[in-house]
Amino acid sequence: MNIEYCKLSIIKLIMFSKFSQSVATSITALLANKARSFLTMLGIIIGVGAVIVIMAVGAGAQSLILAQVETLGTNLIGVMPGKSDEAGPPTSAMGIVITTLTYEDVMALREKSNVPNAVDVVGYTNGTGTANWGSNSYDTNLKGVTVGYIEVEGGELDNGRFFSKEEETNLSRVAVIGSTVKKELFGESEVIGQRIKIKKHTFEVIGVMAERGTVAFQDYDDQILMPIKTMQKLIAGVNYLGLIRIKIDSEENIDRAISDVEMTLRDQHDIADLSGDSDDFSVRSAAEALDMITVITDALRYFLAAMAALSLIVGGIGIMNIMLVSVTERTREIGLRKAVGANNFNIMSQFLIEAVVVTLLGGIIGIIGGAVFSYLIAVIANFMGYDWAFVVSLLSIVLAIAVSTAVGLIFGLYPARKASMLEPVEALRYE
Amino acid sequence: MTTLATQNRSKGAGSTPLINVQNLTKSYTAGEVVTKVLQGISFNIEKGEFVSIMGPSGSGKSTLMHILGFLEKATGGHYEFEGKDITKLQDDELAKMRNEKIGFVFQAFNLLPRTTVLENVKLPLTYAVGKGDINETAKQVLESVGLGHRLDYYTNQISGGEKQRVAIARALVNNPTIIFADEPTGNLDSKSGVQIMEILQRLNNAGNTIILVTHETYTSEHAKRIIQIKDGKIIDDYPVLNRRVAHDGETLK
Repeated sequence: MNIEYCKLSIIKLIMFSKFSQSVATSITALLANKARSFLTMLGIIIGVGAVIVIMAVGAGAQSLILAQVETLGTNLIGVMPGKSDEAGPPTSAMGIVITTLTYEDVMALREKSNVPNAVDVVGYTNGTGTANWGSNSYDTNLKGVTVGYIEVEGGELDNGRFFSKEEETNLSRVAVIGSTVKKELFGESEVIGQRIKIKKHTFEVIGVMAERGTVAFQDYDDQILMPIKTMQKLIAGVNYLGLIRIKIDSEENIDRAISDVEMTLRDQHDIADLSGDSDDFSVRSAAEALDMITVITDALRYFLAAMAALSLIVGGIGIMNIMLVSVTERTREIGLRKAVGANNFNIMSQFLIEAVVVTLLGGIIGIIGGAVFSYLIAVIANFMGYDWAFVVSLLSIVLAIAVSTAVGLIFGLYPARKASMLEPVEALRYE
Repeated sequence: MTTLATQNRSKGAGSTPLINVQNLTKSYTAGEVVTKVLQGISFNIEKGEFVSIMGPSGSGKSTLMHILGFLEKATGGHYEFEGKDITKLQDDELAKMRNEKIGFVFQAFNLLPRTTVLENVKLPLTYAVGKGDINETAKQVLESVGLGHRLDYYTNQISGGEKQRVAIARALVNNPTIIFADEPTGNLDSKSGVQIMEILQRLNNAGNTIILVTHETYTSEHAKRIIQIKDGKIIDDYPVLNRRVAHDGETLK
């Protein structure tokens, strides 16, 4: 057994020394043409670097979005109009207007007997419009909401008060404005009690929200909140809701609350079918929304990475081109190597190894370059106040190395084969 | 060199000749045109001989050398090397034979550019199996051709004569059965040419079989036997009576 083992390791050693010799030979050949080797490599460096940057920046942006969504609270349930598949977004998210959710649904969901675990419920009707104060005007987001807004969404008042339950339904023209709106319209002036005009209606500013920034694509500072009925009747001219959000007392009750919400809404909408197939609404937990965001951003990320990977094919073609030139240039060398005993496999592996050394080296430089670039982006993003994670996954590194090796093998194969098939005498005579 | 000599002698000049060719033909086809380069060549070469294959350019002497050196296959005829039928061998077997049995010296030296002298000489050993310390072997051979001081020079840093000595060292490093030299002095000044012929004669004296391909009568007379070729046929095959001995001071014309 020991002798067998020794034999085996000697064979391995010989094979390794042959292989390392081939690698050394190809590195010598590459060093002989430094500028050309580098330019050849550049395609791979850029391709791999771009893939690494896109994957890393994508992961950073994803973590940022997810962290922001999480700050909204994970014990939220959203109800959107329109039916949807389990995993996909509801049709309303695609911009199709569905009018099935109403203020009465909010009223029903507020009933403790219907959804015992609900802490508060808020309904939304959103739009955009111009607010005017004196000669100042500002385009902003208008949101008709119910009184549960602060309880459900979080955030706090910087000044003044939120509207009351009575104002919610009696068409009071009161507005709570975000900090950006305040800055744009009023500057440093006193705000509470001032009257602003929105679509020919005069509103009294009763409160200013504290600055909160953008959370999950939504700028909380650039909006005007008003009672839902006021928004529906006076501004939007509709009687449906775009969204209902429900805060649940604790995370473990979410599943139960979702089925309570579904039962309540079916009852409200006279839907007898309990399977959910006939529903005209979709109920989602925040956790599901997080999953959905992950799915969407992942898809985007991989799509962009695949686009960047296309440049690797271009790089590969460049390598094939240069290898063909190299084979022609070194025809006499190939002839000589064959004359001193190299067989076809020796020649082929020499050129293949050379191609792989180029792509692998390019890949490694690309990985390092891409990682450094991604790190700089993360540093800058953090400097600008975003909670941006620097993520270069092991998977993307392994993938980049595997892909660049594969590019070398695939695009080196034809030139290498061509070299190995040369007749020794023809090659020796080549001028 | 003595080790080479004793090894070659120990193989002995038995009954089978080293090279035995009979009615060897070679023709090239380019479209409709068939060019007959060799038209029936037959001869034997024994171990330890020093043969000049001589003829004008286009006579087919280089083609003959390529076939004898396993670089090319004959179109017809019979070729036995050490009693082994060569015509039936595959590409990879021919490569192995070239590696183990043959050393080539070319007119244009054919050294690898941007590579050191030592690396060039090691080249055949890298394609061989189990050759021990190839660095040491290559160094010894380089010393035997008087280039022990040039090991780490690049091939573009040495003179033509030195280049050809590197090529000879490369041909010798695998301890071949036979050395083929194709116009080895063709690209050299006469003084360097003499040095090369001196080395070849020394190698032959030590027991190495050498086949020299040349078109110069003067150079060919350094061999012991001359095979004259013209238009793909042997027109004469005779021993050299007044053999020239290369030594310092003599010049090749």
